[in-house]
Amino acid sequence: MKIRVGHLYPDYLNIYADRGNIAVLAERARLRGHELDVRALGIGDSVATGEIDLYYIGGGQDREQALVAHDLVEKAAALHDAADQGAAFLAVCGGYQLLGRSYRDVAGDELPGIGLLPLSTIAGPRRMIGDVLIDCDWAGETIAGFENHAGQTILEEGAEPLGRVVFGFGNDGSSGVEGCRWKRVYGTYLHGPLLPRNPWFADHILAEALAHAGGQTELAPLGDELERDAHAVAADRARARGGRV
Amino acid sequence: MRPSVALFVESSVFRGVGALSRAAGRGGGTTLPGKLLWKLDPKAIDRLAARLPQGSVLVSATNGKTTSAAMVAEILRPRLRVAHNSAGANLVSGIASTLLHADRAELGLFEVDEAALPEVARRVRPRALLLGNLFRDQLDRYGELEAVATRWREAVAELPDAELVLNGDDPQVGDLARDRSARVFGLDDPRLARPALQHAADSKYCLRCGAPYEYAAAYVGHLGDYRCPRCGHARPPLDVRACEIELHGLDGVGFTLAATEGTARVELALPGLYNVYNALGAGSLALTLGVPLAEVVAGLERFSAAFGRFERIEVGDRRLLLLLVKNPAGANEVVRTLVEARAPSVAVLALNDGVADGRDVSWIWDVDFEPLIAGLERLVATGSRAAELALRFAYGGLDRDRIEVIPQLEEALDRGLELTPPGGELTLLPTYTAMLALRKIAVARGHVTNYWESTA
Repeated sequence: MKIRVGHLYPDYLNIYADRGNIAVLAERARLRGHELDVRALGIGDSVATGEIDLYYIGGGQDREQALVAHDLVEKAAALHDAADQGAAFLAVCGGYQLLGRSYRDVAGDELPGIGLLPLSTIAGPRRMIGDVLIDCDWAGETIAGFENHAGQTILEEGAEPLGRVVFGFGNDGSSGVEGCRWKRVYGTYLHGPLLPRNPWFADHILAEALAHAGGQTELAPLGDELERDAHAVAADRARARGGRV
Repeated sequence: MRPSVALFVESSVFRGVGALSRAAGRGGGTTLPGKLLWKLDPKAIDRLAARLPQGSVLVSATNGKTTSAAMVAEILRPRLRVAHNSAGANLVSGIASTLLHADRAELGLFEVDEAALPEVARRVRPRALLLGNLFRDQLDRYGELEAVATRWREAVAELPDAELVLNGDDPQVGDLARDRSARVFGLDDPRLARPALQHAADSKYCLRCGAPYEYAAAYVGHLGDYRCPRCGHARPPLDVRACEIELHGLDGVGFTLAATEGTARVELALPGLYNVYNALGAGSLALTLGVPLAEVVAGLERFSAAFGRFERIEVGDRRLLLLLVKNPAGANEVVRTLVEARAPSVAVLALNDGVADGRDVSWIWDVDFEPLIAGLERLVATGSRAAELALRFAYGGLDRDRIEVIPQLEEALDRGLELTPPGGELTLLPTYTAMLALRKIAVARGHVTNYWESTA
């Protein structure tokens, strides 16, 4: 079955190897007989609600993030409709911040978000950089990644995090949680990129997109030997040096 | 200035630390004395630099600084005694160590880490700076590109009398010539332009107004002949140009160097368009220092390779070709040069995640490895993040049964050699610390000289 992916601002938000995430989704879909149809959604492009099963938005430098933030606000209503109708979203790093209500940078300037996730972000004095391991008890799995952000993201009351921080900083370095999920919208600071070494999460995102596409969400298991090795090494790194400046 | 007695004593004591460190087998000992000096008396570096009768020049860039500085050293070698941090120790401590050994030197030539440039410039007070390019590199260590560019602007502003030698093809670097004079170099041969901007291009949006640049020619990453269609911000006029470029596979590259001093043909023994940039920058800096064009050309043509960068090492009846890879833009050029010459069927790729490599290994996903994958029959993935590297190639389309994961470097090297026929050449693409380790293995087997034993 065809899975339609809308990649938001790939020319601007691509700093942490976001195309690695797309490559993993495409290959894992192909191995199960599905096809990933990726189209770019850039500045000025309109969003036709219902025609996209998965929206992907990656990370950028402050400069690029500022260049797209106002355009994203133009797309906000359509994206809210899409989320309400069950489209899946995966947002990483800068994209995660923009799906929140607002982002205030180090200079104190505020960028608008689209409020798809109940959170807001304020840049703090120190960057939180390093390997991270989080425990997603809702799935009985862990995610190993790398974080590099000055933004401290605060979830609102009742918002579900993506996982509990085992090693690393997470959303803000103090709350002990990382990322956010709501309906089929997932946001996280973890890159590395996120999906190659966390294949269960890649499959989870694919299943969410298939659910919107109206397809069978069961995905046949793959060998994933290299994936497990890479996960183990990354998890070790987080254990040894995550969460330290 | 005559060296003070205190400084003389300081120098000998700290040099002794380097000898002890080498004797203790701690590698080159190239930064230890400098680290001590830097800790005990940071101002001593200023004084040591001030002793150099002809002053100092600095070379910085994300990619090519080691090679460019080594080219400048080769050009200057017949004329001047140069203190040069040729082992690539390019932080303040490494430069301090080089200065400690620089008693008889006339000129300081220092390759400088991009992030360390402001501090080094403040202490050394260079008479000229060669600034090559800025690409995204080790975001966990350097932070965002914009931040590095801002620090460079501030550093340059503090040196109103220094001569600037700038790569005009890089928007961020060329912009440093905005309100002062500079010698600007760049490529001028649209036949060799890329059909489109690469994925790893970084400065794609106008510095002044944010609109996407239009490129008359894009050569390496975002380096090229750019112009903003909205506000008109464009590549500055070139003072030194490379035209009529002829690539000779892995054997070298020729180009015509056209400067205000004259025009000459250069045949480099190093391959690739990126080495044209390195040579053009090195030549421009030498011209700025008053070296005649003929000597510039002779020096560039004598130059073979900086360690680990397109370096060939004999191993019994086989040969290693060592190509450092450390960030997307640099790795893309290595891949491009390899594939356009002859794509290897066997390669050893080594990915470490030490501080000097970058702890964040996500950059490998931004490299266009795909042209290499097409010709690979066997990949040996090694280093502390070998599995991660293997995943990159697997998702890039290489059959998993063609990939061998051997994290231990020496084992991987032996496996690569085993897969190489006698008389053949094994291609190795390591990150920085993996390159040092692999080179050390080759040294232990007696195939190369230590870089600190060769004279600069």
